[in-house]
Amino acid sequence: MENNEDNYLMLSGIQHFRFCQRQWALIHIEQQWAENVKTIEGQHIHEKADQPFIREKRHNKLIVRAMQVRSHELKTTGICDVVEFIEDEQGIELINEEGKYIPVPVEYKRGKPKAGQEDIVQLVAQAMCLEEMFVCDVPKAYLFYDEIKRRVEVEITNELRDEVRFIFKQMYNYYDRRHTPKVKPGKHCKSCSLENLCLPTLIDSTPVRQYMERFL
Amino acid sequence: MRKLLNTLFVTTPNSYLALKGETIVVTAGEDHLGQVPLHNLEAICTFGYMGASPKLMHACAERNISLTFLSTSGKFLARVVGESKGNVVLRKTQYRLSDSTNESAKIARNFIFAKVANQKWILERMTRDYPMRIDVPAFKKISATLSEYLQEILMVQDLEILRGLEGQAANHYFRCFDQMILQQKDDFFFKTRNRRPPTDNINALLSLAYTLLAKDVSAALENVGLDAYVGYLHRDRPGRASLALDVMEELRGVIADRFVLKLINKKIITGKDFFAKENGAVLLTDEGREKFINAWRERKQEPLTHPYLKEKINWGLVPHAQAMLLARHLRGDLEEYPPFLWK
Ligand code: SF4
Repeated sequence: MENNEDNYLMLSGIQHFRFCQRQWALIHIEQQWAENVKTIEGQHIHEKADQPFIREKRHNKLIVRAMQVRSHELKTTGICDVVEFIEDEQGIELINEEGKYIPVPVEYKRGKPKAGQEDIVQLVAQAMCLEEMFVCDVPKAYLFYDEIKRRVEVEITNELRDEVRFIFKQMYNYYDRRHTPKVKPGKHCKSCSLENLCLPTLIDSTPVRQYMERFL
Repeated sequence: MRKLLNTLFVTTPNSYLALKGETIVVTAGEDHLGQVPLHNLEAICTFGYMGASPKLMHACAERNISLTFLSTSGKFLARVVGESKGNVVLRKTQYRLSDSTNESAKIARNFIFAKVANQKWILERMTRDYPMRIDVPAFKKISATLSEYLQEILMVQDLEILRGLEGQAANHYFRCFDQMILQQKDDFFFKTRNRRPPTDNINALLSLAYTLLAKDVSAALENVGLDAYVGYLHRDRPGRASLALDVMEELRGVIADRFVLKLINKKIITGKDFFAKENGAVLLTDEGREKFINAWRERKQEPLTHPYLKEKINWGLVPHAQAMLLARHLRGDLEEYPPFLWK
């Protein structure tokens, strides 16, 4: 049970959880949005099936797309859009490759950098998976935003690693209890794709009993 | 709130539906009847049943388009339901509460409360709009009786008692029904509710309206991840969409009854739109059904402000709103289920 990867939480969920715990629960516990998440995962898997470990080699880089990753510590599995293996003296050896490399995850995002940390924690979780799988340090990673057409470097600090551990612990706590947190409405609801399901504004409406008694 | 997309009604008997690219193609024998893109459809509803291709069913299930088969007379036959949305947690809660008669009664009470409250306001509304046409004191008296039932319903903890109160309230309400028919009295008169088969014009219209409503409610429930077949007021019976019937209770009067009365009072449907079969069953002619469906479709586009959500929506979205609110109650976000109360 413990190490059965089928039961691991989806890595991409950490961005939902960081954005809004309820959104995460609606998607990952209640599967209210399952098909969308699956579609995204499906595309990744498709890509992967199409080009299993096709690696582009460019100068000092080895580029691997749609790479499946996991961490037994975090108990999560997911897919990295792109992992670049950069040649580096400080790096590690890879089977069938000359030289030493450091893995660097790159996550592609629609839009522009967000005010919240949801993209960052997802990237850090990916980095932690790579650290565990390759037994090495992953000191930095990138987020690529298509609106600004630029990469943003993220340093993988110990604070961020601790935060990711903490978030996964919370996620497992909710998951084991199948608990969907109550609404905490806020600005973020405006950009939430589940707003119609969640109905965040209902929170301040009248108690149902009172509403019914008005019709007596 | 979600968008109301179109419902495609296929009324030519013996039509066959197939998928072609991203469109649905309707044929009858050699005739090509039409072709519609799937992407702006929310539901497909066919009368008279040659069938549909499995490929089309697949496409509908995948895109959450409800596909329903009715007989030519509008009797419900079957509905295509895709792989259920994986919402196991919500469904288990739904089943668990349904297993407890106590918990069931609490939810059922709110359906029935709204049903009776809405019947009451239909009567009240009539006395206000047509004081010269109807027997106002009689209506007022029945409305007052319904108010007493409402008080009682709020206290009830028992399903049997609840069903009893509901039946009595319905008797009172239907006693007024004939008076609410203000036009074409020779062709339309209401004595009692009869169904299998309907043996007068009014009952034929009511039956069709209830079937269309049931289909919409079922689709809305499945859409939010609930199981339309496991109910609270209506207990499980194989093949019966009990939860859809539950939610329908509160909508029958305000949506279906009022719609039927309007068809008659505005002379949209007339006596010529019916024919009687040898066995006494009364059916709508093809033309009559066409008129009925067009009016039903228009009705769905009319706006209202949802009494609980306080949001502007179309009548067509009311079943969705109620399905969402019910899911929300089952998830524990709302202490009680807020039924649809119309005034
Ligand atoms: S609508 Fe708001 S509270 Fe609800 S899931 Fe989305 S972000 Fe969270």
